[in-house]
This record gives sequence, structure tokens and C-alpha cells, in this order.
Amino acid sequence: MDVLTWARDPWDQPILSHVSWDLLWASLFAGVAFLIAHASYMVLSAHRKRHAAETDAMEAERPLLPPRIVRHSLAARLFHWVMAASMLTLLITAFLPIVGVRFAWVTWHWMAGIVLTGSILFHVIHATVWLDFWSIWVGPRDLPELKAEVLRELGHDVPGPKPGKYPLGNRLYHLAIVAAGLSVVATGLFMMVRVRTPFFTRNPYLFSDGTWGLTYVLHGMAGVALVGLVIAHVYFAVRPEKWWITKSMILGWITRRQYLEHHDPDRWDVARSDRSSRSDGSDRSDRSGRSDVPVRA
Amino acid sequence: MAVIRDVMPAFELFQPASIEDAQAVLDRYGSGAWVLAGGLDSFDWLKDRIKRPQALVDLAGIPELKGIRPWQDGIEIGAMTTLTEVVRHPVVRERYGILLEAAEAAASPQIRNQGTIGGNVSQDTRCWYYRAGWSCYRAGGNICYADTPEAINREHAILGADRCVAVSPSDTAPALIVLDAQMVVRTAGGGELTIAAEDYFIGPATDITRMTILQPGDLLTAIRLPGSWGGARFYFEKVRDRAVWDFALVSVASAMVMNGTTIERMRLAVNGVAARPLRLEAVEEITRGRPRNEATAMVAANLAIEGAQPLKFNAYKVPLMRNLVKRAIRGVEEGTWTS
Repeated sequence: MDVLTWARDPWDQPILSHVSWDLLWASLFAGVAFLIAHASYMVLSAHRKRHAAETDAMEAERPLLPPRIVRHSLAARLFHWVMAASMLTLLITAFLPIVGVRFAWVTWHWMAGIVLTGSILFHVIHATVWLDFWSIWVGPRDLPELKAEVLRELGHDVPGPKPGKYPLGNRLYHLAIVAAGLSVVATGLFMMVRVRTPFFTRNPYLFSDGTWGLTYVLHGMAGVALVGLVIAHVYFAVRPEKWWITKSMILGWITRRQYLEHHDPDRWDVARSDRSSRSDGSDRSDRSGRSDVPVRA
Repeated sequence: MAVIRDVMPAFELFQPASIEDAQAVLDRYGSGAWVLAGGLDSFDWLKDRIKRPQALVDLAGIPELKGIRPWQDGIEIGAMTTLTEVVRHPVVRERYGILLEAAEAAASPQIRNQGTIGGNVSQDTRCWYYRAGWSCYRAGGNICYADTPEAINREHAILGADRCVAVSPSDTAPALIVLDAQMVVRTAGGGELTIAAEDYFIGPATDITRMTILQPGDLLTAIRLPGSWGGARFYFEKVRDRAVWDFALVSVASAMVMNGTTIERMRLAVNGVAARPLRLEAVEEITRGRPRNEATAMVAANLAIEGAQPLKFNAYKVPLMRNLVKRAIRGVEEGTWTS
């Protein structure tokens, strides 16, 4: 299997052209293989949520918690679905022609790319200003949680930390999608200079042939990686034990019980998050005793 | 590029005697097979050593691909029928004069004796950057050398460009489109497809490496001309740098059915302006029910060039196309050229 495709420039020198499309099949295979392996593993896996008795006790300790906890604001949900639609459009327009489904794809592709770029810019600003920016990132401080989660997966009942707002898997996925997404967007924006759009004057000589080759290779690598990542994402979204997370991306909230079962209230303090979000005026949730009002996090 | 001319790379030569035998070879070699019709496009590629097929499938020995025969209310032309045979056929002369004119405008008598109608509609583009073997989009690369600030692109596209700005070189293609021809294709799986001529040709937006819908293993076997446009009022004009043996800068073909002085229905196609011959349906629509005169021709011609995006050296194609469309509608006797 080839990884890269080479071409020859007018001076007969070898130059990178793009990734080999064999990698598309490799990414599809990897995504499906992961899906099958994980599904098989989950049959034997221990559940990671808190014991019922422990959750009952926590619920009793927190009488002010409303029955619904807001997990994703309307703005965050809109971003997610706009990004998902643009990402799917990008993947369909990029890869269907490669597997033999012919249609005029280029205009749809760069238009979806513009939408994706806009949604990412919105997300960066929204997450930086209005959300708890660091809650989605992973770093060395998460090693104890990683260790505890692995041990729980192996069936041990360990007291280690529970996830904050986002499970460790979510955070690792976010990291991968940031790397692949930003790579594909950055390279794609430059590649738009090579096609006719209303935004740029065509200039195929913006970079040297070698740099263009690297740009195309990076775009292709990120693109095929996104195929596998999207397969994994859709797979987790439809798994029964993850459905509560998926539902929250549609409705915006999770139940108090789900909050306590799956999260560490000290690491995702909905009261503090609520005060924080209310202080910037972006939220009007009420926690003063009206328990049917969702609490913003 | 270092080009070695006249010495073809080694390949396996197959000379099947039937379509089934040809398809068996095409199936076996897949994208490594090269279909040889008259050879006028193929031998350039092979002698320049730019295309290096594993197997060459010469269709010259397949009788069922040759000749012109009746088909329903029209005729069926075998894909391996030479352009000279098309030009000389009495039914073509009598009912499909536009195809006669288009075929007769192709290249030179010697080439028309050897070149086939199937090869004429399936030949590759003549963009010299691509034909020189450079790694452009059409060759699988990631650049169009003809659409750069320094490119020599006098003969290239003004419409329908999508990364690649090459144009279709076929003379018979616009004539076949206005005659509503049906292209008969044996597919790699052994099935048979009948495709309208206008859909047989594809642009770079759809597939940047191909000029037609033919995939590896597919074979164009015949072209069927229905009777619906037979005997219509035809117009064909090919503008080229030399009077003979040259590709069209722009060509136009129209078939018109009149009701008195009114255009009852019309089909119109142009070539040399895009990667595929373009049927101008909007122009056809706007002329329906209008008198055939200078005013109608002017409206239609201005509509025809909407969206044209000339390159550095081919802006002349815009007024050229406009005038050809105008002449195709109102004829040459009633007006003069404008720019």
C-alpha cells in the first residue's frame, strides 16, 4: 500500500502530489475494526457509572440540585450540529468521487469548508469567552483519572477521580479532532487559492511546488483521519450506554441522576459554573429553589 | 520533460475479432488497457511515452463496430466507422447534413480516412501542458499549468473550468449533441448503456482525469441518430487558425425546426470553450416561439456567453462564441460580425 503519491515538476524533479487514496480504505478499515473491537469488548466491560447507593447518598446531600442540569447551551449545540453537517458534507464531497461516485463536488466542498471554518472560529470565541475553556482539554493533571478509568474498565472498584464535565474519552477525541480539523481547515483555506472562488484571486504560485505538495499531503492525511474519527464518533453517539450524552447534545440537558452517576461534582461544579455564566449575563438560569429550571454549566 | 518520440514503450497487443473478446481483454487489464480505434490520438501518447499501457486493444478487426445501418427511424453508426465513411454515407448526406459538415471539418482527408467517429468523440484534450506529460490536475497532479499568470492559454476554456481549463477537441461532438444522438456503451460488467450524447462528455468538476463517462473496461460500440432532428435546418461552423488540419478554436452547431418564420424548436451546442461540448439549453429555450431574426439572435448570443471567464490570452473567444451563436440562429446572410 502506498502512503504518498509523487509527481514530476516541469524540471523533471520528483515532487509530492497528495496522499495515496489507499489511505482512505485504511482509515475506513481502522474505523470499522475499532468499532467491532470496542463493541466486542463492551460485552465484557464493567460499567463505569457510580453505584446506585452512592449516587443516592450524593443526591441526598445536594437537595438544591435541579432535576435537569444544562450540559450544552443552545449556542454550543448549534455549533456542534453545524460543524457536523459541514464535516459530513466535506467528507462526502471529498471521498465519494474517489470511490467512483461522480458529481461536481469542488464548489460544494469549499463552501462546506467555509462553513466549517466559520463554525470553528465561532466555537473558539464562544468557548474562550463564555464556557469553561479548559474543561475539554487533557493534560498531565488527568493522569490519575486515566489510571482510575482504566482500572474501572478492568473491573476494579477504585476511588480515583471521576470525570468533570467531559469524560476522558470525549476530551481525547476533542484533542484528535482539533488536530485533524485545524490541519484540514488551514491547508484547505490555502488550497482555495488554487481554485476559482469569489474570495481569492487564483494564484497557484503562492507556494513552491514542494510546499504545495506538503499542503496537499497534510490535507489528505487529515481528511482520511477524519473518516476514522467520524466513524468512531457516530459509533459512540449511538451506543446505548452513551445515549444520555448524545441526547444532551440534542436537548441540552442531562438529569440530576446522570450528573451524579457519571461526573465528579467537585470537578464539574454546576453551581459555580452557573454563577460564572450568569456573571457574564449570558444565562438566566435560576437555582434559588425552582427545581424545574435547568442549571447552566 | 524528457520526451522520447517515435519509440513506443512495450505493451501487449490484442486484436480481438468480437466485442466480447475485446471486453475480456479490457476486463483482464483494467486501467492498464488502452483502447485503440484509428490511433490518431493514441499514437501521440504512446510515441511520446507519456501513456504506458500494459495492453493495447486494437478494435480494427471487429466487424460489428463498423458501418452505418438503419435503426428505428434513424441510423446507427458503428464506433469504428471512419469519418470519411460518415461523410460519404447517403443517409447522412440527406438527413444529417450537420454531421457531414462536422466530420468533414475534422483534420485532413488522410486523417479522416483513418480516424473513426468513436475515436473523434472519445479523444483526449489537446492541452499541451497535459500532452507534454506534466503532472497537472488532469494527469493526477494538483496544478493546472495552463491557468497560471504566465501560461499560454489562447486555446483554453472560457466556460465550465474547474481547476482544469482544457477543452474538448471533438468536431463531431456538438453536431451529435444537436442531433440528440445516443451513445451505446458496453460496460465492464457486460451490460449495455445508452446515453444521450450531451451526457457522454463530462467536465473536470465531475472527473478531472476523463473527458467522457467511459471507465476502464467500457467500450463505445455505436452512435444512434434518431429521426427526430433528421432534415432540420442545420448550421455548423468551425473557426480555426488554419483552414485545414486544425482543431477548433470555437465551433457551433444548431438544428432548428421552423414554423413559418418562427423558431418552433431548436438545439444548439458549442465546443472549444469548455472541457466538454456544451449544449446551450437556456439559449434553446429563449428562442422557442421567437422569429428567426437579428434581434432573437442577439438576445440568444448574449445569453450564451453569460458566465464566461476568459484566461489571460483567450478573451477573444467570448465575442467569437457570441457571434457564432448569433450566426447559428439567424444565419450568415443577414448580418455582420461584431466584437
